[in-house]
Amino acid sequence: MIKNKALTRLAFFGSVIAWVVLLFSDITILLSNLQGLQPDVPVWLPRVMLAAYIICLYYYYKFRIELDDSLNFTDLLWKVFATGLITTVVSLVFRLLVFLLGNTSLATNVVFSDFICQINLALLINFLIAALTSWKRLILYQKSKWLIRTWMVFDVMLLAMLLYDAAGIRFSETVTTTMNLVIGVLVLALSANMRWVAYLNFKQKWTSLLLLLLTFFYQAYFFYTVERSTEIIARATESLSRDSSAFLDYRTQLFILVLAAFIIIYGIFSFLVILFNLPTSSVFEQKLEEVVNFQRISQSIQTEQDEESVYNILLESSVSSVFADAAWLEITGANNERKMFTYRMTETESKNIREHLEKNNIKGVLDSGSEKTKNLSKHLASMKGSRFRSLLAFPIVVKEENIGTLALLKELPEGFNKEMTRIISTFANQAGISIENFRLMEEAFQNARYKEELKIAKTVQQSLLPTRLEQDKDFEIVAFSASADEVGGDYYDTLRISDHLVALIIADVSGKGTTAAFHMSQMKGIFHSLAQQHLEPKEFMARANQALVFCLERGSFISASYFVIDTNEKKISYCRAGHCPVLYLRAGTKESFYLKDKGAALGMIRSRDYCNFVETNEIKYGPGDTMLLYTDGITEAKNAKGEEFGNESLSQALNEVAGASAQEIEEHIIRRLYEFSGTKNINDDYTSMTIRFKG
Amino acid sequence: MVHIKRLQEGGTDIIAVIGEIDASSSIELDLAIAKSVGEGFKKILVDCHALEYISSAGLGVFMSYIEEFRDKNIKMVLFGLKDKVTNTFEILGLADLLNIRENKTEALKLANELSV
Repeated sequence: MIKNKALTRLAFFGSVIAWVVLLFSDITILLSNLQGLQPDVPVWLPRVMLAAYIICLYYYYKFRIELDDSLNFTDLLWKVFATGLITTVVSLVFRLLVFLLGNTSLATNVVFSDFICQINLALLINFLIAALTSWKRLILYQKSKWLIRTWMVFDVMLLAMLLYDAAGIRFSETVTTTMNLVIGVLVLALSANMRWVAYLNFKQKWTSLLLLLLTFFYQAYFFYTVERSTEIIARATESLSRDSSAFLDYRTQLFILVLAAFIIIYGIFSFLVILFNLPTSSVFEQKLEEVVNFQRISQSIQTEQDEESVYNILLESSVSSVFADAAWLEITGANNERKMFTYRMTETESKNIREHLEKNNIKGVLDSGSEKTKNLSKHLASMKGSRFRSLLAFPIVVKEENIGTLALLKELPEGFNKEMTRIISTFANQAGISIENFRLMEEAFQNARYKEELKIAKTVQQSLLPTRLEQDKDFEIVAFSASADEVGGDYYDTLRISDHLVALIIADVSGKGTTAAFHMSQMKGIFHSLAQQHLEPKEFMARANQALVFCLERGSFISASYFVIDTNEKKISYCRAGHCPVLYLRAGTKESFYLKDKGAALGMIRSRDYCNFVETNEIKYGPGDTMLLYTDGITEAKNAKGEEFGNESLSQALNEVAGASAQEIEEHIIRRLYEFSGTKNINDDYTSMTIRFKG
Repeated sequence: MVHIKRLQEGGTDIIAVIGEIDASSSIELDLAIAKSVGEGFKKILVDCHALEYISSAGLGVFMSYIEEFRDKNIKMVLFGLKDKVTNTFEILGLADLLNIRENKTEALKLANELSV
């Protein structure tokens, strides 16, 4: 940015210096010529300085206008106009000066005329270069490869001409004519690029016309002024010298002539194109508004607006796009409720129209069965008491399902044409997409919330499991629990009843998710309150069932096994309530077996009859015996082929490590389980509790 | 995934369950039974020949109807259970609560006997 500013200033100073040198060298040459002397400065200096001046100015305007992105079309024209205004005012000031001098000797002095002439010429060039840069931006507004190449050729030709002028060489007539012809074709080709005109609105077009007209005026004024003063000097010097380079005559400068021609031709073209575009500009503006409306509809979901605002935007946009007088929108919401939105009409009016159409048995989109756009205007003609005479109805489709109808109304008969139908169809489609996106987003939010809930449930579930298990000199207990992504309801716990009695529980709550975690916490409460009362296992289950009946919803249940280890009598009394049978390994015989006793899960039978479906059993334990409690996640773990781990594999795994410590047994079984399933991603909870007796 | 077919024979509704019943598909089973009850059938047979697997949630569906059936005097008999499925029923103690028979003839016989 700073670099650009510095360059702009540099270019400006360069041009000023070049011009000052040009002015003085030119006056010196003229003076010398007038007095018949040999000039002190080389005759080519003014020409070269003119070229330097032009190039510096070109860069100055390049930085000022071409690289300034904030300018729009009228701004560009305004820049040209303003430059013209300033130069004209400056020129007029000198004119006034000349006028005030009247017929004094200074005013008629040829050198003074040359001075004025050079000033005017410099101003004219300044104006022309400003216009050139602006025109360049206008022409290159919508670039194509071809256009950029053409412009480059034109640029190069202009530069060539400038150098040609500076060198002061004269080619033959044919070369000049050919060159003029080529440049003429180029100018015409470039002048055909008028795309920017279409983007002007009505007001901007008028402004542009005015600005262009004033630009023509400046150009005409300058040419007149420069031409007149040049003529005076030429006449004065003609008699003195045959040398054409007695002073800098702009008429010999091909570059300036070509540039002026280009500026005028493009200016006239633009003027005419804008003029003839005036009557159709409303159509372009209309199209532009449609695009903006489209954007509004598609952006309405991103700005966290609700479905209703999408509907309202749809109504507004479609009404304004086809100049309808009123509209209504009937939508079936996400939860099947019908919603009605009206725009510039009352709900009663729309109801009357719908009833009228229904009465006349007209099948259209209004019955939401059709998927086609319908022009129902002719049916309105027979309706009395309605101000509307045209009706157009569109279906709104989301996920191939018709969710509603958009109806547009006009007070004029036959008010809708094909084009309008097409526009509104696209609007309706776009609205459908927006609504669909909106609903999808809503779903995504719901899912995210559900996931968050699951995360909480999982934390709750984990915190319900005991951090330390009851130990005894007679036995050691270890437990393992791994849960799948979904929250399960596996629960295990221990509780010391007295110095020789310890209660154990393992339970599996049916179902998953937050409810499972919730029931699990209830189970924990029940265990901690009932176990302390030193109940017989069957009684424990009966009471637990009684308590749970009021908490569990229909169809849910909890499978559980409850154990009381008596270290005095070396026995385990237990009750199985629908839970997986316990695997027991006798150290003496090295055989393992499942304790399959009858017992219904908690919550299955909701009456007091439940105690008939459970029973207390007892088993004596000896040193080295191992008892394995587990949940069905372990036996039902599947491998890639879909086979289950099963009871056989489980007892086999236990036999393999008979005699090892509880910790070793557990680790071995879990290893075997993961080996079998072949993946670390479990699809159910794995829970096990291993009790190994010592005494 | 589960596929459920219903077939009426006389005054008996036969619900054939094909595939696996887990937590999500148990809803379909529930719907089928609820429909049958709603249509006023007093004898419902559940054909489990093609039932490969049933989860605790699926069992919960059968269980949840036990009391309603008793109140409305509806008899439900399951038949053709695979060993694995029977095992699941037994472990949870449902085998004692539900009427389970080997095949359709026996199931129908039992339903008729119970209805009298």
